[in-house]
Amino acid sequence: MSAKHGAELTQPGYNVRATGKQRTLLRRLLSQKYLQVMALLGVAWMIIFNYIPLYGSIIAFKQYVITHSIAEAPWVGLDNFKAFFEDEDLPRVIWNTLGISLIKLVIGFPLPILFALFLNELRSIRLKKAVQTISYLPHFLSWVILGGILATWLADVGIINHILMALHLIKEPISYLAEPKYFWGIIVTSDIWKELGWSAIIYLAAIAGVSPDLHEAATIDGAGRFQRMWHVTLPGIRSTITILFILAVSGILNSNFDQILVLRNSLNESASSVIDIYVYQTGIVNNRFSYSTAVGLIKSIIALVLLLIANSVSKKLNDTSLF
Amino acid sequence: MLNLKRRTAGDAMFDAFNVLIMLAICFITLYPIWFVLVNSFNEGQDAMRGGIYWWPRIFSLESYQAVFRSSGIMTAMGVTIAKTLLGTIVHVFFTAMVAYAFSRRELVGQKLYILIGTITMLFPSTLIPYYLLIRDLHLLDNFLVYIIPAMFSFFDLIILMTFFREIPDGLEEAAKIDGANDLSIFVRVIIPVSMPVIATIALFHGVYQWNDYFTGMIYINNMDLQPIQTYLYRIVAQSSSNQMASAMPGGISKNVTSQSIKLATMVVTTAPIVLAYPFLQKYFVKGLMIGSIKG
Repeated sequence: MSAKHGAELTQPGYNVRATGKQRTLLRRLLSQKYLQVMALLGVAWMIIFNYIPLYGSIIAFKQYVITHSIAEAPWVGLDNFKAFFEDEDLPRVIWNTLGISLIKLVIGFPLPILFALFLNELRSIRLKKAVQTISYLPHFLSWVILGGILATWLADVGIINHILMALHLIKEPISYLAEPKYFWGIIVTSDIWKELGWSAIIYLAAIAGVSPDLHEAATIDGAGRFQRMWHVTLPGIRSTITILFILAVSGILNSNFDQILVLRNSLNESASSVIDIYVYQTGIVNNRFSYSTAVGLIKSIIALVLLLIANSVSKKLNDTSLF
Repeated sequence: MLNLKRRTAGDAMFDAFNVLIMLAICFITLYPIWFVLVNSFNEGQDAMRGGIYWWPRIFSLESYQAVFRSSGIMTAMGVTIAKTLLGTIVHVFFTAMVAYAFSRRELVGQKLYILIGTITMLFPSTLIPYYLLIRDLHLLDNFLVYIIPAMFSFFDLIILMTFFREIPDGLEEAAKIDGANDLSIFVRVIIPVSMPVIATIALFHGVYQWNDYFTGMIYINNMDLQPIQTYLYRIVAQSSSNQMASAMPGGISKNVTSQSIKLATMVVTTAPIVLAYPFLQKYFVKGLMIGSIKG
């Protein structure tokens, strides 16, 4: 095949190069027609399920009603965005979103690193494997199941109230899920319970890649266990930590929707309405389609900007970046 | 000498402390699951009094009998099993097929196709335009809403593509000389040698299909099409388990309460994952490594 193409290209004649190129492209496409169909099916799926909704986001600039098509809806400029910035719910929604995310970042981000570091120091391989297996398990439970477990534990007659009352720490049972002030704590704790082991996998893989020679050298120099963990292992996984930190920072507006949707209720609403819930509530429940889309669009744009900023900062400081 | 001895004593202390912490973490992880299990096997009325922490006080299978006799729960379970099996097969086959095409260097337009995919990862679509698309595709109240919108993932494609690129070209060349086209090379040569990564993707997607409650909640109104997780969500989040107990078929003992049925349903829903989990563990760890090396 290729020998044939070569012969064609070197034939003398007018414009033979251009037509030859076109013909080769056509030939190549024909010779890979199965491959092209396989690839284009995927591209078609992405156009339908990713790009059409992206186009549909223009309803944020329109006053869309469900009975008419997107194209028919009248343009309203930035009215929906203005409405959001003037909405009295805005400060609370932003406060809840950032508050929960920041606590998750400050507590939830370092814990898997610590867990991986200590797990790696276990001497018994069998114990290490067993701890790993057990710690990954909650990741595979759905938030609905976990919501059910939490509701049982935190109920008036639940185990938490039982213990606290037995210890005389409280007199009356507390309805934890009905009180806004406990909501953030429940969200952060249950998230750590579910994802601690799973988030540690990547760090464990990175730790396995740290050269044993470095540890040996440090031991000969008289470094103890903590010193080696701090001065050898931790710097060895710095680039992994950086990349995951970039992702965590750029996802700061992403609340765990599945989790909050299960645990929220009308009583804890003042602490549980985050941007994702607000988009769902205004759009699906209250049918304010254009408004909800505008809020979602603001969120997507800020998230993208945050990703780019975090990426370039880490490139400058650390020489590590996503792209 | 003395110095060295002291260090080993410190080492031993460290090790003992470390083992204790790890055991504590295991306990905190497992106990809430155990708590649900023993309470679900206790007689419902008695369990209401609380205090069942380690072992059932009055052992009873009545809650489970009620669960398996409830046609609503069984229908939802059937939907979940169907969507998990079908959804996983379609997702893995379709995503791997596209990934294989994208992975071939000679593919005309390869760079453009990958760019189209990368953009989708930077601009996630918002809820309402997506909902309108699902409506326009007539997928509302349609079983296929579990399958078609979930049949492809560009993230999974990257993992699969990374793996496919490592496959020696010789395998494909041999098949090509035999006159096989690219699709049959993919099915007969590529899939069999890629089983580790395919098993990983299948496991992740299977767990997603099994656990997802949002799709059934937002796009499905027909109760006969809702999966078990959506069914449970309605009980857990909307505390409608009283209606659930009253909707139970007759002839169920008074010992069963809405709470005990809820716990038994949770156990039945989670059991397949927990039982399959130890056997599947080696796959997902390996697969996550492949993903993390690239990502």
